[in-house]
Amino acid sequence: MSRHTLSVLVENKPGILARVASLFSRRGFNIDSLAVGTTEHPDISRMTIVVNVEELPLEQVTKQLNKLVNVIKIVELDPSASVQRELVLIKVRADAETRSQVLETVQLFRAKVVDVATDAVTVEATGSRDKLEALIRVLEPFGIKELVQSGMVAIGRGARSITDRSLRAIERSA
Amino acid sequence: MTERMTGSQALIRALEEVGVDTVFGIPGGAILPAYDPLFDSQKIRHILVRHEQGAGHAAQGYAQATGRVGVCMATSGPGATNLVTPIADAYMDSVPIVAITGQVASGAIGTDAFQEADISGITMPITKHNFLVTDPSEIGRTIAEAFHIASTGRPGPVLVDISKDALQNETDFIWPQPMQLPGYRPVTRPHAKQVREAARLLVEAKRPVLYVGGGVLKAHAAGELRALAELTGAPVVTTLMAKGALPDSHPLHMGMPGMHGSVGAVGALQRADLLIALGARFDDRVTGRLDSFATGAKIVHADIDPAEISKNRHADVPIVGDARDVLTDLVNAVRAEHAAGRKGDYEDWWRQLNAWRETYPLGYDQPEDGSLAPQYAIERIGKVVGPDALYVAGVGQHQMWTAQFIGYENPGSFINSGGLGTMGFAVPAAMGAKRGRPDTPVWAIDGDGCFQMTNQELATCAIEGIPIKVAVINNGNLGMVRQWQTLFYDGRYSNTDLQSRRIPDFVKLAEAYGCVGLRCDNADDVDATIAKAMEINDVPVVIDFVVHQDAMVWPMVAAGTGNDEIKIARDMAPDWENGD
Repeated sequence: MSRHTLSVLVENKPGILARVASLFSRRGFNIDSLAVGTTEHPDISRMTIVVNVEELPLEQVTKQLNKLVNVIKIVELDPSASVQRELVLIKVRADAETRSQVLETVQLFRAKVVDVATDAVTVEATGSRDKLEALIRVLEPFGIKELVQSGMVAIGRGARSITDRSLRAIERSA
Repeated sequence: MTERMTGSQALIRALEEVGVDTVFGIPGGAILPAYDPLFDSQKIRHILVRHEQGAGHAAQGYAQATGRVGVCMATSGPGATNLVTPIADAYMDSVPIVAITGQVASGAIGTDAFQEADISGITMPITKHNFLVTDPSEIGRTIAEAFHIASTGRPGPVLVDISKDALQNETDFIWPQPMQLPGYRPVTRPHAKQVREAARLLVEAKRPVLYVGGGVLKAHAAGELRALAELTGAPVVTTLMAKGALPDSHPLHMGMPGMHGSVGAVGALQRADLLIALGARFDDRVTGRLDSFATGAKIVHADIDPAEISKNRHADVPIVGDARDVLTDLVNAVRAEHAAGRKGDYEDWWRQLNAWRETYPLGYDQPEDGSLAPQYAIERIGKVVGPDALYVAGVGQHQMWTAQFIGYENPGSFINSGGLGTMGFAVPAAMGAKRGRPDTPVWAIDGDGCFQMTNQELATCAIEGIPIKVAVINNGNLGMVRQWQTLFYDGRYSNTDLQSRRIPDFVKLAEAYGCVGLRCDNADDVDATIAKAMEINDVPVVIDFVVHQDAMVWPMVAAGTGNDEIKIARDMAPDWENGD
């Protein structure tokens, strides 16, 4: 198995998330992470889907996704040619005794503290999956009370945009 | 053109504008507003069915008989959920239908209102696309888009769910409306380089087979297929969905492959060194166990749906395109190869194929007790009625015999439920087919189990003047299930005995429905009974063919085994080297 990051441009219409999610479940594809949000164009949303599959099933995933009428474009983003980020919020046990150690760790990872209580701090960090996993490993001994993680978002490096041509398609059909 | 009207009027106008002449349906609360302007339509005839499932299968039969989009209509909730089976059936067999359903008023959506069901959610996995419309101004454009999506690319079912308030409120009806489908761009023109590669492989192959699926019929490419076959001399197999794409009598035709295919067709696929798959999808009923399917063959796979290519079997040469365009280009590419002095030599291959064909023709035994062989009744229908009729089957033993023994000479003359395997398909689908092609004789060949699932549409046929013929192959059992019980469950016939040679009386049932009912229980009367049915053209005719209950469908590749393990009768395997 290998991990692949797909950027999927979709029409911003109700039900599209359900269409994509149900396609994955009924075809037996596993989603590692999914993030969806608006783009620079109000009619287009962008999903970043991370799937853990071999090459051949990946081809099926993209072909099946392409059959969804509301899907405009699919691009696989190579990790080396793209910026891939996740965000994590971690509530860590931190009393007077351990707080300074926790804060030191947070600084080392260039994360930041976004909330402080007497016996806990909440840490916000963004980064690649590897970095966030490392941070979580280091914070674990202090006691993680709660953890929430976003899906990955990713964008290709360089000046080219994957949305340009799709926007023209939208304008043509409007 | 802009006109002020209600959403309902806009719906009916849009249907008229896209060329609909028939709608099969049943009214009810949420769709009621649409039925008012439908009442006035001069262009659309509404056929009031007895069950929404019948409306859906009728739309399928209409679509397959005419090549146009079939339309069915139902109300919200149970009306819509009753359409689920035909929609799933149309999805599996790529049949272009548009289902229009009423939905509760937009303000009530999500409140578990009376007769509310999330039909767009329910049908998401079984439609090519679906819409929920709550704004009357979107009705016109949505109908245009629905028909476009249903009928282009790989055809399929589209559902349009319209809230009651959208039907009732007023809007400006604008026609024509530009479609807004930026993500929908079916590829129809095949890649020239891939086609040339396919042609090169074809002339180099020693044992090629043209593996033809339903896509060839949907693309109206039977003429082009024949041209390719005759130009190359390559053998052809036609799947259940492609019967008639090449006449059964054509010397290059090896028959139907698959679980109940002919030994010649199955053997051809298994021993081929090249398969050219055209509008076929390597379905498990054709391939048997995939890891033992045609292990020595290179694969050229042409299909209009890119997702089919390499889905089940890796394609060495993938071609995305409309089957007609692919075949046209392939004929030209092969001609170019011939002109360059490269021509396939399949003489040894044909020696082998002919040996299989001669040694293992399709056949059946007459029952020893003198009762009627179901295969004989079906074979005689094919002979007496002839190849210019449309034949519609349900699902089970009778369906396989109808595929094997009718003798199809024309493309599209066999309509059945292939992918989903929906029992009860035949009567309503035949009704739809007859409505679409009123001048063509339409014979439903049905099983007694199937017939009891949807025969209420005989009332519709009798009242609406749709004189179909129904041949019920009545073995009193769920025959195919019984066959599996015989072969794989030690003859333990758990719940397959319907006793339908006793209850109901199909002749009386036919008469109760305003049809003519006939009965035939011996071989001597078969031709005369068929002839009598053919003489009656004002009302539907039902023939109760009382047949032997232990007849089995052969050949057979048991589920889960490989095609090489095909049996020509119980415990009898063909000798593959025979005649070589």
